[in-house]
Amino acid sequence: MRHIISAVVENKPGVLAHIAGLFAGRGFNIDSLAVGETEDPTRSRMTVVVKGDDAVLEQVRKQLGKIIDVIKVQDFSDEEYVERDLTLIKVGVRPEKRGEIFEVVEVFRGKVVDIGPKHLTLEISGPEKKIEAFIDLMKPYGIREVVRTGRVAIARGE
Amino acid sequence: MSQPQRSTAQGQRESSQQQPAARPERNGAHILLEVLKAEGVQVVFGIPGGVVLPILDAFGDVAQPRFILARHEQGAGHAADGYARATGRVGVCLVTSGPGATNLVTALATANFDSVPLVAITGQVKTFLIGNDAFQEADITGISRPITKHNYLVRDVEKLGECLRAAFHIARTGRPGPVLVDIPVDVAVAKTDAPVPDRVDLAGYKPVIKGNRRQVKRAAEAINAAERPLLYVGGGVIISDAADQVRELAARAAIPVTTTLLGLGAFPEDHPLALKMLGMHGTAYANYAVQESDLLIAVGARFDDRITGDVKKFAPHARIIHIDIDPSSISKNIRVDIPVVGDARAILEGLLQDVRPRDRGEWLAKIGEWKTRHPLAYKPNGLKPQYVIQQICEVSGGKAIICTEVGQNQMWAAQWYTHRYPRHFISSGGLGTMGYGFPAAIGAQVGCPDALVVDIAGDGSIQMNIQELATAVHNKLPVKVCIIDNGYLGMVRQWQELFYKRRYSGSALDGNPDFVRLAEAYGARGARITETDQVRPALEKAFADPHVWFLDFMVDREENVFPMVPAGEAIDRMIGGMA
Repeated sequence: MRHIISAVVENKPGVLAHIAGLFAGRGFNIDSLAVGETEDPTRSRMTVVVKGDDAVLEQVRKQLGKIIDVIKVQDFSDEEYVERDLTLIKVGVRPEKRGEIFEVVEVFRGKVVDIGPKHLTLEISGPEKKIEAFIDLMKPYGIREVVRTGRVAIARGE
Repeated sequence: MSQPQRSTAQGQRESSQQQPAARPERNGAHILLEVLKAEGVQVVFGIPGGVVLPILDAFGDVAQPRFILARHEQGAGHAADGYARATGRVGVCLVTSGPGATNLVTALATANFDSVPLVAITGQVKTFLIGNDAFQEADITGISRPITKHNYLVRDVEKLGECLRAAFHIARTGRPGPVLVDIPVDVAVAKTDAPVPDRVDLAGYKPVIKGNRRQVKRAAEAINAAERPLLYVGGGVIISDAADQVRELAARAAIPVTTTLLGLGAFPEDHPLALKMLGMHGTAYANYAVQESDLLIAVGARFDDRITGDVKKFAPHARIIHIDIDPSSISKNIRVDIPVVGDARAILEGLLQDVRPRDRGEWLAKIGEWKTRHPLAYKPNGLKPQYVIQQICEVSGGKAIICTEVGQNQMWAAQWYTHRYPRHFISSGGLGTMGYGFPAAIGAQVGCPDALVVDIAGDGSIQMNIQELATAVHNKLPVKVCIIDNGYLGMVRQWQELFYKRRYSGSALDGNPDFVRLAEAYGARGARITETDQVRPALEKAFADPHVWFLDFMVDREENVFPMVPAGEAIDRMIGGMA
């Protein structure tokens, strides 16, 4: 099962390396990892998506909690949350086909962020399933490059 | 003051105080010594080098701590570790950057695995050179991250006092462990008047000490209800100073006690409830007791694979109570029924309020029968390692601080010595570091100058840090090294005999030195013992003598450590050594 683990950490050099090292050293594979400053600039939030059974995930959570620079660990699988992933997709496309793509972008509430004679760069955000559906739809046009932020998540309610 | 503006600002901020104390400026090196003094550090083990020279120079200005020069950084690290295990205080070592720091890696990993409080100070190249591949540069905070409890690279002298204070706090509290502080040379010479804080508050570090009251109650009820309970006691009991509480619990509720390697001494082995060590080379009766028990009470132990063997077949009839200060130890290897997170002593004291006396005659009788039928045994033909260990125990009155290397010597020391006192058995359990025992013994002797300190060694292990003979002799640290000399990497040879068709590939130690003459070359004393009747007189002479001794016991070359549970088997599937 996939889990979204969210950790508040000290915003200091070495903390990301420590956490990445912990995952690697214990054989946990990271599906995605996003890091950014929180409302308190001395702290960052890391959102990590990992796969594994419940025992593995319990170890991940506890091991993260043991790191001195990790202040709080949450597993969103236990609660209601909102998740987003932002993706930039470069599609190779000639001008006459642009219209078709614009329609799909519209439906997915994406954005066109760059246009060239032979390509379009699109921005799309949302939960993972939506992004994957969008990528699938773009495949026939020829995807040149996909860049994803990885998932971020926040608990619902107060 | 050279920074009047700053002083004024400080004074205004602290206007509640009547007179802002004048704050002297001092450099990073002196801040380090200030913290060492405040932490009560009496001794620092280490080796100097270019970038720690400002620190070594500052040692010249103070009477304490004493700096003990080791001959290899690994030796310095293990000495600090042995000092910490023998005294319960934080061990401190100091080495230079680059190779000095990387030589310390094994010592850090050893201490980390066995939860030993250590503060390791490493020098680092100048801050602006970090990352430039400067001479003797190594990214030691990166290298040591997975093998320390925490580490700091201090880039600003203003933060140095705080980091050092935090390092001691983290090393000593919770599940103890090594903390490394990397100090660039320009930080060591930079000056500041910033005060060293008295205490530190770390948002991400709040170890749980008191156990959850409800969990403690549940555990007590389970103990009261159990027919065949067993205490399985690890190094955590020694760290938390809880041996008295274990003894009281065992005696009150008639619960037999088995210990791990690191738990040896947490329960006196001459007590009728003692089952000695369990696991791969544990006693048959301890392992049988685990397999038959209906309640296993693990205290400060972590269900290591050398203890459990096949986890699916481990303690099949038992509910499991697990008392541990490290929440990540719980349900890591074995599913636990009643976890209690916190300090062993605090939790045992809580348990003692609710655990009732109970007669468990039937269970104890069964264990008594196993003890009679399956004692530890060996065939007394020729000079046997087991006999040497027994004699070390007898001649020392069982009161020596026993350090060990790793391998057969370690297991025989665990099995054949009667361990009775906490902090008297010092051994690398988790990492299994050959070369640990001798420097650790040196550290233990520094911490306990009046104690008899014995390193039980193998002829392989002793050569891994033999250079520390100079440290021992020069500092008059009269460690007695008893080499169980079989001319092999004995445990390797044993596995080859049992599992690799007796092909002794790479395990014969041809070319060993003459250990007696080697000891003498360093100014220590030495003796070679080849016959059984020479053992006792040799030990008596060496133990009574104020010098460092190497006793080279030429034992039966192919003696094995038995009983033995082959790796991955259920722990009652023992081979060998059964009477």
